[in-house]
Amino acid sequence: MMHPIRKQRLILIVSVVLSVAIAVGLILYALRSNISLFYTPSQVAQGETRPGQVFRLGGMVQKGSVQHGQGLAVRFVLTDFHHAIAVTYTGLLPDLFREGQGVVVQGQLEGGVLLAQEVLAKHDENYRPK
Amino acid sequence: MMGALVLPELGHFSLILAFIFSIYQMGVGGVAARCGLSAHKQLAYLLLTSVYGQVFFLILSYLALTYAFLTHDFSVSYVAAHAHTRLPWPYRLSAVWSAHEGSLLLWVTLLGGWSAAFLCYARTRIPLAIQGSIVMVLGVLSVGFISFLLFTSNPFLRLLPEPPLEGQGLNPLLQDPGLAIHPPMLYMGYVGFALAFAVAVAALLRGKFDGVWVQWLKPWVMLAWSFLTLGITLGSWWAYRVLGWGGWWFWDPVENAALLPWLAATALFHSLIMVEKRHAFKIWVLLLAILTFCLSLLGTFLVRSGVLISVHAFASDPLRGAYLLKFLMTVVCLALLLFAWRSPLLVTRQVFHFLSKETFLLINNIILFVLMISVLFATLYPLFLDVLGMGKISVGPPYFNAVFIPLFLLLVIAMCIGPCCHWQKTRPGQLIKQLRWPICLAVMVTVVIKLGLPPLPWLKIIALFLSLTLAFTTVFISTQRRRLGMMLAHMGVAVCALGIILSTSLQTQRELSMRPGDSIAVGGHQFEFMNVHAVEGENYEGVAADFRVYHGLQTLGLLSPEKRHYFSSQNGISQAAISSNLFRDLYIVLGEPLEKNNWAVRIYNKPYVRFIWLGGLLMMLGGLISLSSKK
Amino acid sequence: MKKKFFYFLPFFVFMLIAFFLWRGLRLDPAQLPSTLIDKVAPSFVLPSLLDEQKKIRSSIFYGKISIVHVWSSECKVCENEYDVLLQLAQLPKVQLIGLDYEDDPISAKRYLLEKGNPYHQVLRGDQKNVGLNWGIYGTPETFVIDQRGVIRGKWLGSLNEEKTREQLKACLRSLKDA
Repeated sequence: MMHPIRKQRLILIVSVVLSVAIAVGLILYALRSNISLFYTPSQVAQGETRPGQVFRLGGMVQKGSVQHGQGLAVRFVLTDFHHAIAVTYTGLLPDLFREGQGVVVQGQLEGGVLLAQEVLAKHDENYRPK
Repeated sequence: MMGALVLPELGHFSLILAFIFSIYQMGVGGVAARCGLSAHKQLAYLLLTSVYGQVFFLILSYLALTYAFLTHDFSVSYVAAHAHTRLPWPYRLSAVWSAHEGSLLLWVTLLGGWSAAFLCYARTRIPLAIQGSIVMVLGVLSVGFISFLLFTSNPFLRLLPEPPLEGQGLNPLLQDPGLAIHPPMLYMGYVGFALAFAVAVAALLRGKFDGVWVQWLKPWVMLAWSFLTLGITLGSWWAYRVLGWGGWWFWDPVENAALLPWLAATALFHSLIMVEKRHAFKIWVLLLAILTFCLSLLGTFLVRSGVLISVHAFASDPLRGAYLLKFLMTVVCLALLLFAWRSPLLVTRQVFHFLSKETFLLINNIILFVLMISVLFATLYPLFLDVLGMGKISVGPPYFNAVFIPLFLLLVIAMCIGPCCHWQKTRPGQLIKQLRWPICLAVMVTVVIKLGLPPLPWLKIIALFLSLTLAFTTVFISTQRRRLGMMLAHMGVAVCALGIILSTSLQTQRELSMRPGDSIAVGGHQFEFMNVHAVEGENYEGVAADFRVYHGLQTLGLLSPEKRHYFSSQNGISQAAISSNLFRDLYIVLGEPLEKNNWAVRIYNKPYVRFIWLGGLLMMLGGLISLSSKK
Repeated sequence: MKKKFFYFLPFFVFMLIAFFLWRGLRLDPAQLPSTLIDKVAPSFVLPSLLDEQKKIRSSIFYGKISIVHVWSSECKVCENEYDVLLQLAQLPKVQLIGLDYEDDPISAKRYLLEKGNPYHQVLRGDQKNVGLNWGIYGTPETFVIDQRGVIRGKWLGSLNEEKTREQLKACLRSLKDA
């Protein structure tokens, strides 16, 4: 017969270890599939992304490149002044989306065009992109 | 004229005086702490003057800055950067804490206020020596923060002799009632945990921590927790109304920064019950008290330093970040070293049966702690990889959902069973007797909902069932035991969970291009686009689109989303129009104009979304009530 | 001994986190690295803002350390940079060149007349391709170009930011020493 305090301690330790293991498992499992890497157009042009990979692309919306299509479809070019990637997106653009403004889009590459699922505009109070 | 010119200097001077008082407070506290347990009337008096003097000058300084905002004193550089003559007056008040310097001033003023309130409470209840230890720790925090304010982010710097005629204006996103009161509430919570921290450190210093200490500590933790809950709820409500995406939680680093101390504090006051009733888990409680405040500091650091990318990071500056980090490191390292050194003195062992309240409080603590660690880890993970040169990444909502939801459901199960258990040992039969009706009821309601709704994924059905069980059990228990506070708070969790589950499963959403005259049905409501017209406010102009909404044949009225241009900003801001009642929100966002008089429009119908914030309010109310019902 | 370790565990974990935070402060997650650094500045022929007849060429960079400051009369942040600009203009062996980016030349001239002109030369930047060639995101931005016309540094945002100013000065110092 185990001493009650020791038994208790054993249970405590086992439960803590178990829950930590579950948590670590969950975290690792979730991290494996749910993070998105951040790239620049030059990195994409140099083929650093895998086909079918969902990633984030940051750059500037090239002046004069925004074209509205049918309904809410929109097409624009993201550039880091070395390489440019065409992006298509269907949906409402964020308030701060503008030509010449830095934006981040998330999506996957298909035939050299990024099909965006999400467009995020970034802004900074002390710095006014125009 | 001269008087007005001098006022900001007066504020600056008050701040310096407050700094001196905070040093004095630290010293007097230290002396009182060493004086043994015999009461020294004069020492108590000195302690009182130091704390009250500090808070007096802090409030004076805060009022001086507020006055500068109200009177558009653009000779103060901070005012010039964040106000505008056309800013409506309520936002001039809230502009005080809209950026780094002012919000930090609010931080220290609140810290002073909490210290004074605590001392008021402690005077008659806590022995002088212990008061001294606690006040000394609070003094150290005050010194750190006021010197941070004075030396790196002084809000009273002037633009003299030639002040600008016009200010740069307040960020339009911040011009919303939800956000106007959100930071003070959040800070009330953050800063309130400083008391828990001070008490824990004092306990470690004195090598003593028992039920009496818990009685001193508990109301303050509850109060701070209630404020933090309200702050988070308001923040979520603001994001929902203003950011225009109809989302109420984005797992953004800044939001996580508020959630982390909340999780730790929730664990803290649950385990405080253990110390109070069973004299167990003392070390764990002390660690949690220290951690809660550390996480508040970490939150402030993350928001203010710009270490992480965030949609809400309004002002960031690495230099200030460096100072804040040094301060954070000093405070936390000292506290944790003290913990490592002294806590072995406080080890206690208690025996309890597996099926007992203790077990479930323990489970509650483990789950909350693991939740906290997983959120912390994911929030900092991009930083880890960036520092190690392994690429820039972002951890998105899918990660958090994958980790948070299963753990949260486990927590809900524990919340159903735990309150039904007795201390030390519960008979399974008793438990089943208590739980069987609520479970039956929950099964029935779940089946009804399942039949009445479009097919739901299994996870959501399970979640729905568990939340309903929690709601019914809580009601059931409250008929037997009078613990209104706990009941309301647990009810809040259930209501919030129901809101999340129902609003995400039942939401309908359309994004389309419309022109006046067009009409569309979304979620059983008909939206007719009437016309577009110009609007003008005190500090903006823009266009509004009128939508007439019908439910069947009944007209529900007009919704007018706007696209605003604030004079002080170059960017346009969408102002969503929301029609809400308890059971559904109709939400329209006006996007950019397209060709041929078409407009991009997004329309949501979000049933039960109000439940999410209602749940938050219930939790806060529960916290406040459990505070007042103390014998 | 083993027990002691457990009590120190929170401390060690925190130290680890603090280390990463400390290193993280030095990184700037918001900034995309400029691809122009250590490349020769783009060549240009641009009219001077104050003297329409005068054309300024990229050869202006040779033999001197240059600071190119991208500004505009509409930019409120630039207005507050004025004191820093005056200081920079007075540095020995350094020329301060303003690039009036996508601005109305008339209001830009009025702006300089009212506030005073801190620049040694001001370029009119309302032509096409100026922004693209220089990789300009907005105003204000500041470039440092060495005696051989190579871009050595670039900063986004206000020069009033202490960190920016420090880095800028360090960059100038390293160029002067060379």
